[in-house]
Amino acid sequence: MVNVETELCGIKLRNPTILASGIVGVSGAACMYAAKNGAGAIVPKSIGPVEREGHNNPVLTEFEGGFLNAVGLPNSGVDSSLEEIESAMKNSGVPVFPSIFGGTKEEYGEVAKKISVLNPQMIEVNLSCPNTANDFGTPFALDANEASEVIKIVKENTTAKISAKLGPNVPDIKAIAKAVVEAGADAISAINTMPGMVIDVKTAKPVLHNKQGGISGHALKPIAVNCVYEIYKAVNVPIIGIGGVSTGEDAAEMIMAGATAVGIGTGIYYRGIDVFSKVSYELQKLMDELGYDSIEKMKGAAHK
Amino acid sequence: MEKPVIVEIEKTIDETDGIKTIFIKHSIEAKPGQFVMVWIPGLDEKPFAISYLEKEKFGITVAAVGEFSDNLSKMKEGDKVGLRGPYGTNYCLEGNNIVMVGGGYGAASLVLLAEQALDKNMNVKFILGARDKNKLLYIERIKKLVGEENLIITTDDGSMGAKGFVTDALKELLSKEKVDKVFSCGPDKMMKSVTELCTENNVKGEISMERWMKCGFGLCGHCCVDPIGIRVCKEGPVIDFELANKITELGSYHRVKSSRKESLEVKK
Repeated sequence: MVNVETELCGIKLRNPTILASGIVGVSGAACMYAAKNGAGAIVPKSIGPVEREGHNNPVLTEFEGGFLNAVGLPNSGVDSSLEEIESAMKNSGVPVFPSIFGGTKEEYGEVAKKISVLNPQMIEVNLSCPNTANDFGTPFALDANEASEVIKIVKENTTAKISAKLGPNVPDIKAIAKAVVEAGADAISAINTMPGMVIDVKTAKPVLHNKQGGISGHALKPIAVNCVYEIYKAVNVPIIGIGGVSTGEDAAEMIMAGATAVGIGTGIYYRGIDVFSKVSYELQKLMDELGYDSIEKMKGAAHK
Repeated sequence: MEKPVIVEIEKTIDETDGIKTIFIKHSIEAKPGQFVMVWIPGLDEKPFAISYLEKEKFGITVAAVGEFSDNLSKMKEGDKVGLRGPYGTNYCLEGNNIVMVGGGYGAASLVLLAEQALDKNMNVKFILGARDKNKLLYIERIKKLVGEENLIITTDDGSMGAKGFVTDALKELLSKEKVDKVFSCGPDKMMKSVTELCTENNVKGEISMERWMKCGFGLCGHCCVDPIGIRVCKEGPVIDFELANKITELGSYHRVKSSRKESLEVKK
């Protein structure tokens, strides 16, 4: 069988599946559980400067083509999250890339600095949570200047590699990608969820407590593949392709569009917590069948 | 589809001291130990164990302990709520001589299990405990089910039954009788003691854990427990003693809404 190892900014991953931020990775133990089930790397749930409860339930609901979530960035705040991240790094046996967010640019810097005492190899900068507008306003990822200023501040506060997590709901994702890479991003995580709403007609109420949420799962996949394809054309940094990956074929699509690794979140619902092992195995078989002997050779194949 | 369906409340009954059972007109295929998520649109959504299960309706038992449960307790016939589930693992009946150990509200899922065990002609003993007599649930229902001689009551203050804890009664029972399997639900510390006691005595069994739940179907990760990371909503809530022995946070701490750890000492 072919080798499915991949390399992200010089960091070796045993396979290209990464636990996407926001799903399962609430604690060190939860991260370890995903790693044990095959994940090649882990991105824990985003951490902010102070404790946040997140939204009331329902925080997740399903529709015909996928899921809609608005969990609202619950976290215990960077100071008490350090022990969880440390435990994830120590016990997962795979690279752990903490995800950070802030309400202001300065807060991103502050969180990056505090997280960096753990010497993570990479930090994912969540610029694009679509579900916290009431608290934080428009996500930074929707504006090239705003996004690049956050990246600059994070860069000043850490020596770790930085991946900028972008959102799909922009007129030109290439422009945002170029801006964050010029500002110092070493990689791009694409994409976050797509804003959406599900309404219960009997009560005439949006199902999610936050009313709006982010679309994930099957419906997000073609949107994500397109974004990865566009970003690959625009910049020359590794891309973590995220959105609707739940099979080896989905992962192959993402890699052919230009991704170096793939994030998996909602796929845990469709395939179980061992979705990571399943996707790796299926990808391996598919690569064998299609005649690719490495991820590197399959990467960007759709552009040729 | 993991989306709430709107269902109607058929009736409510008073169980004891501010604790009510709400019957919902809806047919669900559930097994004892599983839970449902109940949504009050615009307010919140919380997990509840199924305490009564009939063909075209089921019941959940609600203690008014916060804004959500206060609102739910006040609901009346004809009011509507959203419903998802059932979710999670269920109890697994084995052997002939089984013992239920229920503390406080934990009796809810066990009484349903007792019904099923008796349908299978098993010998059931029910140890029911609470802080005081006003917090003891389903006394008459359990008496009718298992017979008065098989119901052992304990209260912390001695206001009914033996003064002491359910674990004292269980210890005595295990020393006297052959027990095939123990099922327990109640406060964390109690279940921890039950797990330890049965493990020492080589008696197998299961507990039903409670943790803060958000999605209920294994995606949000909020109910993952230390240090093994399993999800209480998916790999639980019912887990066997072997698994329970691996969960170091059992009886010690849980996570609040933000995910911050909180010692169980401050939570009554």
